[in-house]
Amino acid sequence: MNSAYLDLIRIRFLMMLAYRVNYYSGIVIYTINIGAYYFLWEAIYGEQKLLAGFTLAQMTTYVAVSWMARAFYFNNLDREIANEIRDGSVAVQFIRPYNYLFVKLMQGFGEGLFRLLLFMGPGLALVCLIFPVKLPSDPGTWAIYIVMLGFSFLINTQINMLVGLFAFFVENNEGMLRMKRVLVDLFSGVIVPISFFPGWLAVTMKWLPFQAITFLPSSVFTGRIAGDEVLRVLGIQIIWFVALIVPIAWVWRMARTRLFVQGG
Amino acid sequence: MFYWSLAVEYMKNYVKTKLTYRADFWVEVLSDLLFQAVNLIFILVVFQHTPTLGGWTEAEVVFVYGFFMVPSGIFSTFFNIWNFSERYIVKGEMDRILTRPAYNLYQVLLENLDPPSLFGSLVGLVIMVLSWGQLDLTFHLTDALMMVVFTIGAVMIYAGIFTSLTAISFYSDAPTGILPLMYNISSYGRYPVNIYNKVIRFMLTWLLPFAFVGVIPASYFLGRNETGLSDLALYTPLMGVIVLGIGLFIWNHGVKRYRGAGS
Repeated sequence: MNSAYLDLIRIRFLMMLAYRVNYYSGIVIYTINIGAYYFLWEAIYGEQKLLAGFTLAQMTTYVAVSWMARAFYFNNLDREIANEIRDGSVAVQFIRPYNYLFVKLMQGFGEGLFRLLLFMGPGLALVCLIFPVKLPSDPGTWAIYIVMLGFSFLINTQINMLVGLFAFFVENNEGMLRMKRVLVDLFSGVIVPISFFPGWLAVTMKWLPFQAITFLPSSVFTGRIAGDEVLRVLGIQIIWFVALIVPIAWVWRMARTRLFVQGG
Repeated sequence: MFYWSLAVEYMKNYVKTKLTYRADFWVEVLSDLLFQAVNLIFILVVFQHTPTLGGWTEAEVVFVYGFFMVPSGIFSTFFNIWNFSERYIVKGEMDRILTRPAYNLYQVLLENLDPPSLFGSLVGLVIMVLSWGQLDLTFHLTDALMMVVFTIGAVMIYAGIFTSLTAISFYSDAPTGILPLMYNISSYGRYPVNIYNKVIRFMLTWLLPFAFVGVIPASYFLGRNETGLSDLALYTPLMGVIVLGIGLFIWNHGVKRYRGAGS
């Protein structure tokens, strides 16, 4: 049974490999984005040494690693699930002897693995050459970052699933999908680190799962969070991962009894 | 006259389809605006921590952003052919277009109108007016005229660049992913160009003149001329004519190479 899931990872990985040209341009796009933010932040810092707990060097590293991490955890599972529900092919998935959501998770992981090896890795190397990015020297930091990155992927995928599954309840959730994408980018801290937000918003963010996707792992990577704090933020990620299983399981149970296929 | 009646008919069709799915229309408007808002939020958040950005104040940067939204909204309304390669070349829909008497690019654009984007322009105008007051700029009638001229020029620049890039699919059928790439670069033009290094600055001004869509024309109203920025503003329409001319040339040349996909 497990080998079936492993095969799903492999198949998606190979599928991505077939379309790799898109990924070379993807690396360039991300590098350009990082470049734009690099110059912007440089201008924002101006004479100032420290903003919201970040030095300019840390900020550069933060921007680089956050965008590259986004390349890894980003996937279109929400859209895939919504489309399969809308065109009715999810009905066939129901009768197969596996768990549909696990299948999606594995496909997403296959895609993520591909992007990790062929996108995030080379991309980060390229960015390090162009911009003054300072990688952590402690192997322990790298190890814990990899673990946290795994949780970023899981939490982002869970949010994607939750939004995708809403297609069971509304006829067209295209708008929701788009909004989710924008909100995740904004609130996860890819665009601006959460500590830059004004007080009330920063406090709100502390109680939402988005920070666990980018802000926490990237803060560990830049060395802004160190020592025992690291375990605490890892704990936050684990709590969110466990907590998000509940609504997904609930929506999934509810959804199965009310599949409504359009066209079909 | 013929072209005008075509546009009217396509618009009628658009309204009919949208009236069937009314809720969708507003969701689209909302998600478009939210997408724009993220950039604005970025500016607002950042200025909580710094008084100036490369010597530009918050109100000025917001003003530039507001200006940028106006041509950008108009452009997105008329130029919504991001899937041109898949739909018209790979699937061969260009066959249908080419057998009709109207100019092919015009038809392709009309088939893909996206009027909800115009709300972005409206919001941009509101932002401009608000920051205009905040900056204590005086308003002359010529400013309104220049606004129209700059907007037309900027839309032409945008249209020219993206027409050229879309036309690449006539020459190469592999997906290149170059369109989203350029779209990302275009956002560089929204910020004061003096914060970038010389290479990027030169590129944004002369090679991919996105600075003419944002900061250069806006600096005319702001009266910022430290590095000759607002002198350049007057060249916006000229730049538009040149860039659009190049775009149409590449397009027309490319259409001749089009071969049906065979079904």
